[in-house]
Amino acid sequence: MVAISPTDLSSAVSVRNLHLWYGGFHALKGVSVDLPTRQITALIGPSGCGKSTFLRCINRMNDLIEGVRVEGEVLIEGTNLYAPNTDVVDLRKRVGMVFQRPNPFPKSIYDNVAYGPRLHGMKKADMEEIVEQSLKQAALWDEVKDSLRKSALDLSGGQQQRLCIARALAIQPDILLMDEPWSALDPISTFKIEELMLDLRHDYTVLLVTHNMFQASRVSQFTGFFLTGELVEFGQTEGLFEAPTDKRTDDYIRGRFG
Amino acid sequence: MMNARVKERVAFALMTLCTVLVLIPVLLIPLYILARGIGALSWEFLTQPPREGMLAGGIMPPLVGTLMLVFGVIVVAVPLGVLSAVYLSEYARQGRWVRIIRLAIINLAGVPSVVYGLFGLGLFVLFLKLGTSLISGILTLSVLVLPIIITSTEEALRVVPQSYREASYAMGATRWQTLSRITLPQALGGIITGTILSIGRAAGETAPIMFTAAAFDLPHLPKSVKDPIMALPYHLYIISTQVPDAPPRIQWGTALVLLLLVLSMSLIAALVRARVRKNLRW
Repeated sequence: MVAISPTDLSSAVSVRNLHLWYGGFHALKGVSVDLPTRQITALIGPSGCGKSTFLRCINRMNDLIEGVRVEGEVLIEGTNLYAPNTDVVDLRKRVGMVFQRPNPFPKSIYDNVAYGPRLHGMKKADMEEIVEQSLKQAALWDEVKDSLRKSALDLSGGQQQRLCIARALAIQPDILLMDEPWSALDPISTFKIEELMLDLRHDYTVLLVTHNMFQASRVSQFTGFFLTGELVEFGQTEGLFEAPTDKRTDDYIRGRFG
Repeated sequence: MMNARVKERVAFALMTLCTVLVLIPVLLIPLYILARGIGALSWEFLTQPPREGMLAGGIMPPLVGTLMLVFGVIVVAVPLGVLSAVYLSEYARQGRWVRIIRLAIINLAGVPSVVYGLFGLGLFVLFLKLGTSLISGILTLSVLVLPIIITSTEEALRVVPQSYREASYAMGATRWQTLSRITLPQALGGIITGTILSIGRAAGETAPIMFTAAAFDLPHLPKSVKDPIMALPYHLYIISTQVPDAPPRIQWGTALVLLLLVLSMSLIAALVRARVRKNLRW
């Protein structure tokens, strides 16, 4: 697998020959890629192709699963995440994550957003500001500004997911990982989050896993296609969807399998 | 061939019958003990020692003895059990060793209590030379309830959704931060309930203390943890089997006090759980 470097943008994350095994199952087979800074990169591919697994390598969430073995390098600003002396906790402060299903804590809206900043010792005085700013960035502020003390569990699914985005943004990460953030949402909520992502791109490097190719083509600037643990093709979204260079990408995009 | 509707009726009738059958002892036992024992209850009964070779007087020393045992078990077994359960389910690598340890603990919960009594006699009373004493009883009962506390704590931690932990870790929380801010508060209701119920069990056990802590009759309360004590279940056993002329009133009164003690612990457990749940809901 050859690394394909897209254009001359700087890269926020560089992945070098990344392998991952779940026990005996070889889930990622030598992935190399540079993720461009402050762009949205979409990862597409059929279920079980390794795209979520790859996403979870960027903040080492796979560490939580028993029997996972990783080889290769993931570099953020020149630091290898998988070097033995890397502080995982420190790394995760710089990488926010939004999960498939909204998973707000059973706490108030305010406490959900303030969770990360509190962990990292932010002062009380700055807290209200960061909470407000994060909720605004996640396009949720207007809906919840009068009920910040209410339980996050009383919000609708779409609101919960935007709350989770606000919660991830509150730690002021450089990189935002989104693992099919709308898979559990209705079309209107999905649309809101899509719109929101277009704004986020100006400030964050976003890596987005999605099943939906139309969404990938709407919101992303770069797209990578995964198949059975390999990154088959990576490039600018427009080019990849209009004129894929690999036949397998072409087949998938035209719906011949997957 | 029975049709579906008839089958449904038969199944339903059968389940109703079973529920009623279960209800009979559940209601009958406390009501019967209440009816026969209520006459003995009085301030004197609770505050006086037995007199005239247990033919008269009250149950103050065994009642206090049992309360001391319970207090000791809370101090010894609760931190030990809860912390080791937290370690097993949140920190330990979930490999073969943890599985074996967990299986052993679950099996220990099923060991008859008289075996714990003999174990306590061998280890605490004889080998560690603690003698028949309050401390030997506390340690033996602690060993008895530890598997229950560990198992119920692990269960309470297991029902906390993994997605909460993931969300916390993803924001750069350490294990301890995740545990103390998310997982433990979520599991607290279940942990407290399991713990209080297991301590209720310790309060009612006879076999583990009869070799390790309890004395037949003591005129005074223990002066130190190295003194033997009287305890309610053992006292009940004595006045029911070893004192031929003990008045039934005193026997049933003692049983009623023991029952109320255990029931009140269950009640506290239920209240605490309701309270914790309300706080969590916001």
